[in-house]
Amino acid sequence: MANNINLTIDGIHVSVEEGQSILDAAKKIDIKIPTLCYHVDLCVAGNCRVCVVESVGRNNLIPSCATPAEEGMEIKTSSPKVRRARKDLMALLVSEHNTQCTTCYRSINCELQQLAAEYNVDNDIYLSVLKPTAKVDKSSWSIEKDDSKCIRCQRCVRTCAEIQHVNALAVTERGRDMKISTFMHLPMNEIVCTNCGQCITHCPTAALTERRYYDEIWEAIDDPDKYVIINTAPSVRVAIGETLGYNVGERVTGKMVTALKKMGFNSVLDTDFTADLTIIEEANELLVRLKKALVLKEKVALPMITSCSPGWVKFIEHMYPEHLDHLSTCKSPQQMFGALAKTYYAEKIGIDPSKIVSVAGMPCAAKKFEANRPEMWDSGFQDVDAGLTTRELGHMIKQSGLDFFELGESEFDSYMGESTGAAVIFGATGGVMEAALRTAYVVITGRPVPFENLNIIPVRGLEGIKEATVKFENCVPEYKFLEGVEAKFAIAHGLINARQIMDQIVKGESPYLFVEVMACPGGCIGGGGQPIPTNDEIRKKRMEAIYAEDMDKPLRMSHENPEVTQIYKEFLVKPLGEKSHHLLHTKYRKRNRY
Amino acid sequence: MAEVKELVKELSEKYGNRRESLIPIFQGIIDKNYYLSKEAMLEVAKQLDVSAADIYGTASFFSFLDTDAKGKYKIRICKSITCDMKGKSGIIATLEEMLKIKVGETTEDLMFSLLHTNCIGLCDQGPAMLINDNYYTKLTAEKVRVILGDYIRNK
Ligand code: SF4
Ligand code: SF4
Ligand code: SF4
Ligand code: FES
Repeated sequence: MANNINLTIDGIHVSVEEGQSILDAAKKIDIKIPTLCYHVDLCVAGNCRVCVVESVGRNNLIPSCATPAEEGMEIKTSSPKVRRARKDLMALLVSEHNTQCTTCYRSINCELQQLAAEYNVDNDIYLSVLKPTAKVDKSSWSIEKDDSKCIRCQRCVRTCAEIQHVNALAVTERGRDMKISTFMHLPMNEIVCTNCGQCITHCPTAALTERRYYDEIWEAIDDPDKYVIINTAPSVRVAIGETLGYNVGERVTGKMVTALKKMGFNSVLDTDFTADLTIIEEANELLVRLKKALVLKEKVALPMITSCSPGWVKFIEHMYPEHLDHLSTCKSPQQMFGALAKTYYAEKIGIDPSKIVSVAGMPCAAKKFEANRPEMWDSGFQDVDAGLTTRELGHMIKQSGLDFFELGESEFDSYMGESTGAAVIFGATGGVMEAALRTAYVVITGRPVPFENLNIIPVRGLEGIKEATVKFENCVPEYKFLEGVEAKFAIAHGLINARQIMDQIVKGESPYLFVEVMACPGGCIGGGGQPIPTNDEIRKKRMEAIYAEDMDKPLRMSHENPEVTQIYKEFLVKPLGEKSHHLLHTKYRKRNRY
Repeated sequence: MAEVKELVKELSEKYGNRRESLIPIFQGIIDKNYYLSKEAMLEVAKQLDVSAADIYGTASFFSFLDTDAKGKYKIRICKSITCDMKGKSGIIATLEEMLKIKVGETTEDLMFSLLHTNCIGLCDQGPAMLINDNYYTKLTAEKVRVILGDYIRNK
């Protein structure tokens, strides 16, 4: 048991465990100390000094995020000295900042702007030292980098290192030339970056943002010759409300669909449909691999690893190019959707596919890159024309002038709008595994997976690597070879955890048959395209919303989705069939490691 | 110039494969190849399994670790105020005239680079300059002609 430390903050007594910071102690009693370089997800850097407080008896001010609470401390968080120092610090930050809030994407969602407003920073104390040369790097399909908005808090650097273990961003140069940059200042599209967007959601300002495409989408909507389709991912419906004034964790599925229809999207469809389809294809792929390994004694790559997270896919392409055969060949639900939208769906509704603009509403920055991969033209056109983040969609809804609160609820349009609870949970870490097991177990044994209400609790939650074991008993004749097999599965989210799984595989020590990896902590609900801020408290609430949506669904196993049954009957013929192979599966490429 | 791959391998065997070995490895590369080329930095990243961005972050922190092409001899003139007052500009004029390059440039034959440096701790003996690791003090135009003349002849 750690020792307790007693101190007072603004006259209020508080006791915390040894090692906790003054900032932690203040949070405990709801005293707000402003911060900028601090982020709960990350290690402490202590470089911005905005969180300074006064400790009675000490001359200098101390940074509360980086100072452990000490016995008997008397802390003042808002003395005149503290306020003066903070205001001064803010003024200094503003003096080197491109303070164009009126034209800024993060306006009203910016930590710097909010603090500057709170402290009513006087722009004239210090001369502006903003470097006029800073150019916005728009080279990447996913990430935009604008150094003129950077306050050098290094949250992005820590994110990319501690959460993703990619280390694409570093502090370069020194002193007044110091900046956050890449290897030799290469543009973002030339470096080893997964496009996960976690640096964006951890950036307090607009220095890192997603590359935005909504102007093009509005143009397409306004073009009478274009037929604009949107599909939205499961995590969008449980988070987009946050951008529109709702509490974290409130589901707005029906209203979102209404809004999109009113905004002029010709069809509003559901990525969940192709999530269900992914499960059918992926479960079958896994069973084929297992049969090859166990019955035919062929050499196949096991564990098989999921491929729906494009940030993860690019990570493995860079970091483990020799092990790409472990990836499922299934495209992500977004890309399956795109390929089918301009083939099956176009046929169904009788629209010339060349007129279709297919848009994906995603919790993700990496999906923008994925949509632009040259492999993704299987429909004969670019399968997905643009990927929008949850934040961009929120912006579009605001731009449309709709009173979102007052909107009624609508259903997704048909043919590719039906989904099961299994698809919904794709949005949370462990969800793909759970969905796959719900279906695979039925296929293998003819019975539902032996967990109460189909809820496979061990695969849920925020632990970095989760494991589950399922024993197959009384298998149907076709899968007798799995009789008695105790299959081990693993789930990793956050690429630093994915690396552990991969290192085991490289050493030949992986005990698993099937692994789910999501690039972002928490899975898509914590994606790089989700509303800012994101932290574990928020991730948990969005996850709860996902599982509540699952429980509300009448159908909760992917193979029960009637539109999935229909598409196999009318178009795809069978899982892993020729059409599936052409439209729903893909190949990966080796990329440079450094 | 030495083969980068071999060189980095040799250096990392000598100094170790850990992050702490970065600086001596960098210095070893500069000794042989005059500056840290892109290829050299990527090779170090590979050998030490450190991201290329981190390698560049460390290299670019130090002004004596050059990351753009430099000549064999790096002439660094102190640009701080003392050397300036003692007549640095005359020294630079002489150097520029002899080498036919401006400060910040490198001769075509990749033998000399003319650079500014911050204080090198020789204020009492200014104007001062470094040529690689050797320092030269109380410079005059004539002294510079002799010193540089030697380098040019023996290069
Ligand atoms: S990053 Fe923040 S402070 Fe800077 S211009 Fe944008 S909104 Fe304003
Ligand atoms: S890019 Fe954003 S997170 Fe990174 S240092 Fe700049 S302001 Fe901080
Ligand atoms: S997008 Fe992801 S991998 Fe790329 S720099 Fe940002 S955090 Fe790192
Ligand atoms: S938040 Fe404490 S120093 Fe930046």
